[in-house]
Order: sequence, then structure tokens, then C-alpha cells
Amino acid sequence: MTGTVPLARRITGHRLFWPAVVLAGLLLLNLALTDGFFSVEIKDGHLYGSLVDIARFGAPLILVALGMTLVIATGGIDLSVGSVVAISGALACLSISGLEDQNSVTGVLTAVGLALGLALVLGAWNGMLVAVAGIQPIVATLILMVAGRGLAQLITDGQIITINSAPYKLIGGGYWLTLPFGVLIAALLLALTAFLTRRLALGLLIEAVGGNAEAGRLSGVNARGLLITVYAFCALCAGIAGLMISSNVSSADGNNAGLWIELDAILAVVIGGTALTGGRFSLGGTILGALIIQTLTTTIYTIGVPPETTLLFKALVVTVVCLLQSPAFRARAFHRRRRPAATPAPADEKVEVRA
Amino acid sequence: MAQPAPIVRMRGIGKQFPGVVALDGVDFRLLPGEVHALMGENGAGKSTLIKVLTGVYGIDAGSIELEGRPVAFSGPLEAQRAGISTVYQEVNLCTNLSVAENVFIGREPRRLGRIRWREMRRRAAALMARLEIDVDVTAPLSSYSLAVQQMVAIARAVDVDAKVLILDEPTSSLDAGEVAQLFRIMRRLKGEGIAILFVSHFLDQVYEIADRMTVLRNGRLVGEYRTAELPQVELVAKMIGRELADLERLEERPPAREGAPLLEARELGRAGAIEPFTLTIRRGEVVGLAGLLGSGRTEAARLLFGADRAGTGTLTVDGRQVALRTPRAAVRHKIAFCSENRRAEGLIPGLTVRENLILALQAARGWTRPLSRRRQEELVGRYVAALNIRPADPDQLIENLSGGNQQKVMLARWLILQPRLLILDEPTRGIDVGAKAEIQRLVAELSDDGMAVLFISAELEEVLRLSHRVGVLRDRRLVAALDNDDELTTEALMETIASGGRA
Repeated sequence: MTGTVPLARRITGHRLFWPAVVLAGLLLLNLALTDGFFSVEIKDGHLYGSLVDIARFGAPLILVALGMTLVIATGGIDLSVGSVVAISGALACLSISGLEDQNSVTGVLTAVGLALGLALVLGAWNGMLVAVAGIQPIVATLILMVAGRGLAQLITDGQIITINSAPYKLIGGGYWLTLPFGVLIAALLLALTAFLTRRLALGLLIEAVGGNAEAGRLSGVNARGLLITVYAFCALCAGIAGLMISSNVSSADGNNAGLWIELDAILAVVIGGTALTGGRFSLGGTILGALIIQTLTTTIYTIGVPPETTLLFKALVVTVVCLLQSPAFRARAFHRRRRPAATPAPADEKVEVRA
Repeated sequence: MAQPAPIVRMRGIGKQFPGVVALDGVDFRLLPGEVHALMGENGAGKSTLIKVLTGVYGIDAGSIELEGRPVAFSGPLEAQRAGISTVYQEVNLCTNLSVAENVFIGREPRRLGRIRWREMRRRAAALMARLEIDVDVTAPLSSYSLAVQQMVAIARAVDVDAKVLILDEPTSSLDAGEVAQLFRIMRRLKGEGIAILFVSHFLDQVYEIADRMTVLRNGRLVGEYRTAELPQVELVAKMIGRELADLERLEERPPAREGAPLLEARELGRAGAIEPFTLTIRRGEVVGLAGLLGSGRTEAARLLFGADRAGTGTLTVDGRQVALRTPRAAVRHKIAFCSENRRAEGLIPGLTVRENLILALQAARGWTRPLSRRRQEELVGRYVAALNIRPADPDQLIENLSGGNQQKVMLARWLILQPRLLILDEPTRGIDVGAKAEIQRLVAELSDDGMAVLFISAELEEVLRLSHRVGVLRDRRLVAALDNDDELTTEALMETIASGGRA
């Protein structure tokens, strides 16, 4: 039966079709407004171009959104990632600023290790609150969202720590094999996540816990360990993103680093077609979602939207994406004209909660 | 007797889902003032036909008439306004709201946009009194048993000005007294000229209440019959489309097992759930648990699986004392538990048949040791074939399967683990005759191969047919453990349940 479905409908029916269309549309809009928007050239042995910039500046968001995807798939949410971004950047910069030689590779690696270690601990703390204490995820992570900002400011002593370290600069601002180092890290983490969830069985167990927690428990899934792992992984991703952001500007700002990134990350996950209710998740969708958000930010600059209306403009585009992602909306907007008697198949009904 | 004009007439109904033809050219009519049974196996299209009639699904072919006028409802609410009320198989109420709120949800008595709570409570209480349901309408629905919740759902359905009342498996969770009460209500409503469409797998109930019946098989119409003119055996043959010879009951009672004890529970109990009980299950033995709804059958089983933590007593497996604090610990001892509440405690929606099927095995292995895709496909293929799961498509979403086939997937999820003790809580509830016989045969085979089975069922015949020994529960207490010898009959069992101990 599936063989008889026309190819065109299989493509338009794919759940990532509409996000892909929006991304392509945004890119084409940029191409129309900016000459050579798609051109990528090599200067000084580095890749240069607007597309490369989108990937480079989007890398932290992609990382945070990756971790967020897994958390949301378990039926939870992590509001604390923005604070973890700030904490990890702050701790790394503090520890580097204390070095006698800020260009010492060992010193920088220690700083990175410390920062990521703390991120893991904070993530595990979130996971314990959710899995062991049974606190609702939105409340459990709200604690760290608020307290974490304070912790970051404590670490930086309320100041902006500025450093001058070449090895650290590599993480967010450097290049390797002509490619931005941050993009490579994001690609590596994506590959790692895909491996853990799809080649190993982490994905199935996460989807089981998120789809029906009680059924998962009765099937012998160790939900407690799973949740702690997932929240810790999410915080680790946020920690790496924090290193990237602070490395890119060679400074740590406990107040503003990663501010509101949790909301962009949640948005990216939702645009990518993972339901906030948990269950089925899509890593590819999340990447698309993060790229849409980053492209949107770039577009706002290139088409010269006045700063006071950028947020409104962003909201407008996001609304359009979410509407396009909703099967119910599509059925109303498109199908009515073509086939008045058409009704959604039951399989479609189940995904209506998405977006 | 001249037949009145049908109130509902459906002609040539066709409905397809991706990969499945659910209904194909089905005709159906419903007369006012009759109880009409819709019969067929799981997956025959009963639920789909009802959902098509009430506008949950659109139709791909055919026509629907209500009182002679063609209709096409856009949803259950519109159907309800036109006088077609439905009570579905699984209770669709908000258990966190009060009984009164549930009865009037969406149509609360209002004045100036404000809900008139007092009026609502008064009317709800009057309605409950009329239907002889003894509840406090201000109490949250969750404080009542599933059976009472079902009655409330029916009360809600009949309170709207219904011309047609559809009851999809209303009795599957009711005990005998409650069924009698429901039938009394149904007869009263029938006397008022309401047409009642009734779906049930209990043939005795159908023969007690229904005037006529329509039989479906594999989405097609087999025929429409007067109940009085169609003997039960012929009905069963029509439903499953097989010869009667295939339907022979499982032969003699199984001989008693003498194997070593596999699991022994001593004074195992949990406050508020089940009084301390002592029970031994031997290798290859089928132990039945009989008792009324709410007598503690499920609660006892959950303790043996670690789904709930026991407050008192000890549990030994293979003579060694174990503490089953979680289902995970039980699985490690090769104990499996198939819950009676498929939707809440079994199925993972959004995942495929394959993923649902391998879940327990994968969970036992942990996420670092995945089953290879090929091994998955081999296992799933084997169990889909062995249990005759339809449609035989491992990548179909689980929610697209009928109830009976979902149940088989749940069974397969545990059989893959090759457990030593399989706990089955109402595995045949809401399942058609064919699938029921398949599952019963399977239990007998598994036990012959040395697997111990704890078999919980409300149907005493079934318990007696399969079990070597029967534990009887009453009021959350294990009152007797009886050998299934020639003296043990359904009457004797009922006597024990009623009196609380064998005389």
C-alpha cells in the first residue's frame, strides 16, 4: 500500500517538509536581498561566507537544542540551560584568568574540564530533583535557572572577566581544517547523540518513558537512571555551548551570557516536530529548527529590520512555522479547497499536539 | 409485527486507514425501541462503524441517514446534538472533576455566563437517583471504581435528549450486579423508544438483552439476524468464519503439577491494597485468581511483580528470599506482568508495533546493549506470526491496531523475555472469541513447556479451564486456595467467593 503513495505526497507529508521549506525560503529571501549570500570562499585558509557564519553563530544554539530534545522527549523540559551556559563560561574564564601563562594548553584543558564537570553535576542535580524527588521538570529546572544566574555572578564576582588565551579562543572563534571549530564540535556532538539514541537503544527507552511513563516503568525501564543521564547530558551540551560563547568574545559575563537561550532551544525543538508532551523525537528536526532561528536572526540584520521591531518580526516568522507544522491548521488551510470531504487519518490526529 | 421505519440507516459504508481497509460496503440499520447488538471479532470494524456513525471519522464511501435525512457529522458533539450519544469502551471522563461536573461538562446549566453549581448538583443527583447509582455527585470521579465511572458515563449519555444510545463494551469492567443494573436501565430506555446499539464480547449478555444483531467480519457485513433465531454456536461461527469443529473447547482439565516451588509469597501484603496472603506457585503451574472486581486480584499480582512495594511479608524465588522493590528487579528474576489496563500501563503511543514489542527485552538489556535491527526483525516477525497479530506490519503505529491485537503485542512483549513466571491480569477482557481461544491455548502450551502462569480473570469458566489451582479473593483477602479437581465447579467457586471460604 505504501508503495502506491505518490512520491510528491510522500515528500510533502514528511514531518520535516515544512520546516525545510521555511528554512529554504529564509535563505532565498537573503539571497534576493544580499548579493553573493550563498558564496563561500577561502580566505587565509578559512572558509568565509554568510552561510558559514550562520553555522558558526548557530553552533551554541544547536548544542543546547540537542540536549533539550532528549529532555523534552522524556516529557520534561530544562529551563536552566541558559544559566549553565553562563556558569560554565564563567568558571572556565575565571580559572584561565588565574593562570600565569594564559596560553598554556594544559591550563586551558583543566579549565574546560572544570567547567564541564560542574555542568554535569548541575545537570545531575536537575535529574535528581525530577527523577528522585519527583518535582515537575519545569519547577525543578526553574530553581537552577534563577539560582544559576546568581552562581555565575558569584564566580565572576559581578564583573566581566576578560581573558587573553589563544588556545581558549580556538573553541568558539578558531578554525580547523578550514572549518569553524565550533561547527566541528556541534557536528561531533550531533553524531554522538545520534549514535547514543539511534544506534544504541537510549532513544527507544527515552521515547518509552516520555510516551507512557508508567508503562515504561512496568516494562522494567530504569527511568530514574535514564532521567538523570538525560538531564546531565543536556547540561553538558549547555556547558560546551557556554565555552563557545565565552571563547568567542574572550570574556565571561555572568549576567548576559546565554540569556534566553533556553527559549530559543525549546522553540528549535518544537519547530523540529518533537512534541512537548514527550515521546517521539527528531534530532534532524531540531537541527533544522535551530538553523531556522539562527537564519532568522541573520536575516533581521541583513534586511535591516529596525532594532525595536526585531522581536516582533521574529515572533511572526515563528508563528508561521508553528502553524505550518500543525496538521490541523494545514487541513483547514489547504485541504478544504481541494477535497471538501477529506478527513485526517487517525495517524495524523495523534501528532496534532505537536507545535 | 410491522417494523417501524429505521431511525438510523447506513448504506455501503467504506472506510480506509493507511494500510488497512477498516470497513467495506457495510449496510446497517437501527430501529427505534430496540437493543441492537453489533457483533464481530476484534478488528472486524465494530468500533470504526460506531466512530463513522458519530462523526469521529469521515466516510470514504456510502451514506448515513438519521430519521430519513442524510447526515454527515463533523464530530461526536454534533452527533450528540442530533440525538446520538455514545459511551466508549474505555471511559472518557475527567477523573479529577466531580461526578456532577462530568455529567454536565460542556453543557453546564448557566445564568448570565455563570455556572449554576447548585442547579448542576441537584440535577446530577436526581439523574443518579433515577438510574439507581449510589454516588456522591460532589466527590471527584477518581474516588470511584472503574465500574462506577462507567455508570456515570452512561448516565451522562442518557441525560442528553438521546434518540440513539451507543454502548461500546459498557459491561467489560462491570460485575454481575452492575450488569443487571445496566440492563434494567437499558430496558427502561428502550421502552421510551430509544434505539440502543450495544457492543459486547459477552455472548450471554448479548442474548439476554439484544433484540437483533448485525455481524461483521474483517470490515464486511456478514448479516443481520434476530437474536431469537440465531443459536449462539452459529453466531460464533459467523463471527470468526470458521467451522464449528475448530472451536472445540480445550480438552480435559490439566493434571496437577508436582514441580518444585518457583515462587512463594509468605504473609505478603500492603496496607489498603491487600491483606497479607500466602501463595505458592510451582514450575509449569497455572494458578488462577478468581474474585469479584475490586477484590484485590490485581493488587496481589502487583506485589508479586514489584509494581507496588509490599508492606509486610517475604517473597522467595527458587527458595531464596528476594526483595522486589521495582518491576525491574522482578524482570531480573524472569517474572513478567501483563497489566489489565492496556492503555494506561502497557502501550507506548507514538511508537511502532516493533518498538512496543521489544521494549521489555531492551529495557532488561539496558540502553548500552542494543538489539541489532536484524535480531529485532527476526523476533518481531516470529511473534507477530505466532500470535497472529494483524495487520502483520511491524512498522505500523501501535494505536492503529485493534484492542485485541494490541493485547497480543503486550503479551509478545513479555513472551520474548521467556519469563519463568508470567502474570496475566485479565488478558482476555474485551477480546473476541477467536483471540480469546488463541490466548487460552497459548497459556496451556506455555505451562506445558514449564512456564508458571498466574492467570487473573473475571470469567470463572476460563479460570477453571486453565488453572491447576485457584486462589479465591474476597474483600482484599485471599480466602482460599483450591486444587482444581473434579469437585471444583463454577458453582463451587461462586459459593466460595460469596461465603468467603470453602465449607
